[in-house]
Amino acid sequence: LSRYTAITPEDLDAMLAAIGVGSVQEIFDRQIPAPVRLGGPLQLPDGLPEQDVFEHLRALASRNTSAEDELSFLGAGMYDHYVPALIDMLTERSEFLTPYTPYQPEISQGTLQVMFEYQTAIAELTGLAVSNASVYEGPSAVAAAGYLATLHNGRRRFVVSAGLHPHSIQTLRTNAHGYDAEVVEVPLRDSVTDMDAWSDAIDGDTSAAFFAQPNFYGAVEDAAALSAAAKAAADPVVVAQVDPITLGVLAPPGDCGVDVAVGEGQPLGNRLDFGGPSFGLFAAREEYLRRMPGRIAGETVDVDGRRGFVLTLQTREQHIRREKATSNICTAQALNALAGVVYLAWLGRRGIVELGELLLARTHYAREQLGALPGVEKLHEQPVIREFALRLDADVAAVRRACAARGVNPGVDVQALSGRDEDRGVLLVAITERRTRADIDRLVEVLGSAVASERRATVAV
Amino acid sequence: MSASATPPMQRDAARTIFQKGAPGRRAFLCPELDVPAVDVGELLPERFRRSRPARLPEVSEPEIVRHYVGISKRNFDLDSGFYPLGSCTMKHNPRLHERVAALPGHARLHPLQDPERAQGALELMWNLQHALSEISGLPHVSLQPSAGSHGELAGVLLTRAYHEDRGETRHKVLTPDTAHGTNPATVTMAGFEVVKLATNADGGIDIEDLRAKADTDVACLMLTNPNTLGLFDPNIAEIAEIVHGVGATLYYDGANLNAVMGLSRPGDMGFDIVHFNLHKSFTQPHGGGGPGAGPIAVSDRMAPFLPVPVVVCRDSERAPQFDLDYDRPKSIGRLRGFQGNYGCFVRAYAYICSLGGDGLRDASETAVLNANYLLARLKQRGVAEHLPLAYGELCMHEFVLSGGPMKRALQIKTLDLAKRLLDFGFHPPTVYFPLLVDEALMVEPTETETKETLDAFADAIAAILEEAAADPELARSAPYSTPVRRLDEVAAAKRPVIHEVLA
Repeated sequence: LSRYTAITPEDLDAMLAAIGVGSVQEIFDRQIPAPVRLGGPLQLPDGLPEQDVFEHLRALASRNTSAEDELSFLGAGMYDHYVPALIDMLTERSEFLTPYTPYQPEISQGTLQVMFEYQTAIAELTGLAVSNASVYEGPSAVAAAGYLATLHNGRRRFVVSAGLHPHSIQTLRTNAHGYDAEVVEVPLRDSVTDMDAWSDAIDGDTSAAFFAQPNFYGAVEDAAALSAAAKAAADPVVVAQVDPITLGVLAPPGDCGVDVAVGEGQPLGNRLDFGGPSFGLFAAREEYLRRMPGRIAGETVDVDGRRGFVLTLQTREQHIRREKATSNICTAQALNALAGVVYLAWLGRRGIVELGELLLARTHYAREQLGALPGVEKLHEQPVIREFALRLDADVAAVRRACAARGVNPGVDVQALSGRDEDRGVLLVAITERRTRADIDRLVEVLGSAVASERRATVAV
Repeated sequence: MSASATPPMQRDAARTIFQKGAPGRRAFLCPELDVPAVDVGELLPERFRRSRPARLPEVSEPEIVRHYVGISKRNFDLDSGFYPLGSCTMKHNPRLHERVAALPGHARLHPLQDPERAQGALELMWNLQHALSEISGLPHVSLQPSAGSHGELAGVLLTRAYHEDRGETRHKVLTPDTAHGTNPATVTMAGFEVVKLATNADGGIDIEDLRAKADTDVACLMLTNPNTLGLFDPNIAEIAEIVHGVGATLYYDGANLNAVMGLSRPGDMGFDIVHFNLHKSFTQPHGGGGPGAGPIAVSDRMAPFLPVPVVVCRDSERAPQFDLDYDRPKSIGRLRGFQGNYGCFVRAYAYICSLGGDGLRDASETAVLNANYLLARLKQRGVAEHLPLAYGELCMHEFVLSGGPMKRALQIKTLDLAKRLLDFGFHPPTVYFPLLVDEALMVEPTETETKETLDAFADAIAAILEEAAADPELARSAPYSTPVRRLDEVAAAKRPVIHEVLA
């Protein structure tokens, strides 16, 4: 008897008698042919009591250096923002944590209403008419937008700004290869999308044109100009990968002529979790509604006229439409989207602006202080919000190791992530509201001395 | 309960957070500005700035808590009652898993932390990969896909890469007519054409139909075994032989893995690719529709094409060093950002550590025992006359009843039965799936339920049929005791209202 099952020997006898078999083994023997039955036990360690499992998992956790254990400026897609306590409390409630997808709306109004509220928040934040109830995460949301575009206009070519996160470009390529779509990359100039190259690359076969706001190097793009240029070139579906936490201060994509906004939702109240689970946001203009992937909650009334919510527009979905579905997505990220909408309610109408302005100010301060260090320069002068790129006159890996020895993780080695030659020496630094001025000052001191000693070492060689 | 009897506090229960609060209220206090103040206009030119504030709620923390706790109570959940939703494996979610996943060493670990400083996480992933490999009988694992359907996409893209690598272009993927909807949807997304296979009289693949359709233009057969009828296909070896005979791959939809852990392995059955649903067999809580995770395991010939990065173990003779390998020239590439849904890996790994190999086999044995007992118990209660088993005599971890005779004799549909079950405090089984069963009712009790619960559920079904014999309207108008009653789904789809109207 394991601790998660409850069949006693007495139960077993009664159950076997009811079934009309002599043993559990007989149930399997009568159904699974002998050649495909497993001959012996699984070669796995024996099961353990709860407290032993806890200790084992705790020991593994202790071998990771988390954002709790060092002064971390890592970002590039996921960020160490503060997650308020009420999110832990709400996401751990059985009522939200343990139900399945709300197939029975009469007993799922909680989940369905959360979806509806989430859709409201994301549509408002992005300035777009419609939002689904979330997809997996950021880069696969980019790929999903590409698929939507091909369904919309039947074209088979994607133009992507090199300012998109490398993982987004790679994910789009993986998916596009399946349905024979081409992916063409447009270079940056001064760390923002090269407008001439962008316009030139977009032709009549271009299904969708993608850019990121802010882009991978932290730079704020001229979203309205990019959208207008794309539309003028050949009217593709314009897709922006946005960072939702910046949308308190940044113009929403819907106001900039963008057709589809996607993005990584992790900054909104979700943990780092070594990369997931989080959620992907997916919002669009009204005309794309019936081709959206994923679940959508809609408002209706019950037989007594009371307001209620249901899963709607399900004729888009795999369980109804099968091979004609607009996406294969089934299980998505409901609990993570709940954290997202609770976080937005917690920040509130004024809070999201105040937080955005705080990030702007601290990021500006950090960028100026770091950019003034010997051997360190700003990669670009574009506006930035919560992340920026520096070019070091030293080996980034060596500098990062030297900083780590002093308990500071100065940021992401960009070339290791992008693989681009021109990114050699580039460090990407993220400043969340958890990083105070004192933290930034410490980064300045530690990075400054690491760069200095690394340059001395190089000269000496 | 009629609308007029609804307590006053519940009457406006469907008001959204956007309809609550008042101007000026807040829950968030911004940390102080500790750096020199700079005019926002200098940092961000006006043309890039938001011109009107996003109309987010203005609410206090107590209001937020009361709002969401309030609407949470309008959910039925697994911790509150029996949830025999077929194909979804709604087994108990141990709270230990939430505790260990929340440890800062896991929860606040950044995905771009250097591998040498994330050794605990990589070792956990390595161990989980090993366990999934052992359970599936396939040597290579990628944990990256985000859910079952994402694992399917990975698998079909691997199949495409495999054929392309051999210089072949194939266009078709076979799926049985009993397949989960995600299978054909995935096939289309991966650029293949769906070819449906018929089901034979025993509920398995129609071998003659398979022989007729299996040719060198077929890239893959996607199969669930046991299938969505809850039946193990006894011809699986022959099926594998036919599929491999034309050079195609065999894909295993792992949604029903809970029937066979430690008892039969997809790799030994001849499958090339398997996906796992960590949110089904391995207890990741379903969260009302995610998160999940959909790792895949593959045979040697598919391994070069696995998504990047791959967790590797170096210097395994001394202290093992774990790392992420991106240098895989034949890889299909990336399916998402970073390494996958690590938080789900922590929970699944904790579960496997708790149960061990024997415990996993015990879980599957008990799941199958419970399903067969519930099926037998329903027969004892006289239910089989109206709700006969669609195929077979015994079942694996789930079974499919047909509500056709019930509909004809008692004038209630499967939907009515499902809605009436809500009044009895049970989550209904999956309804109207698989599609080839008339008025289908798909029941999966899982191993974590007691015999008493199974008995009570059988009693409830019997009671509903009895009352329907006297008055079918009772079921047709059900439910009565839920937070809302039957909802107008047609109106919702016809004129979609999918967000709150904001003031």
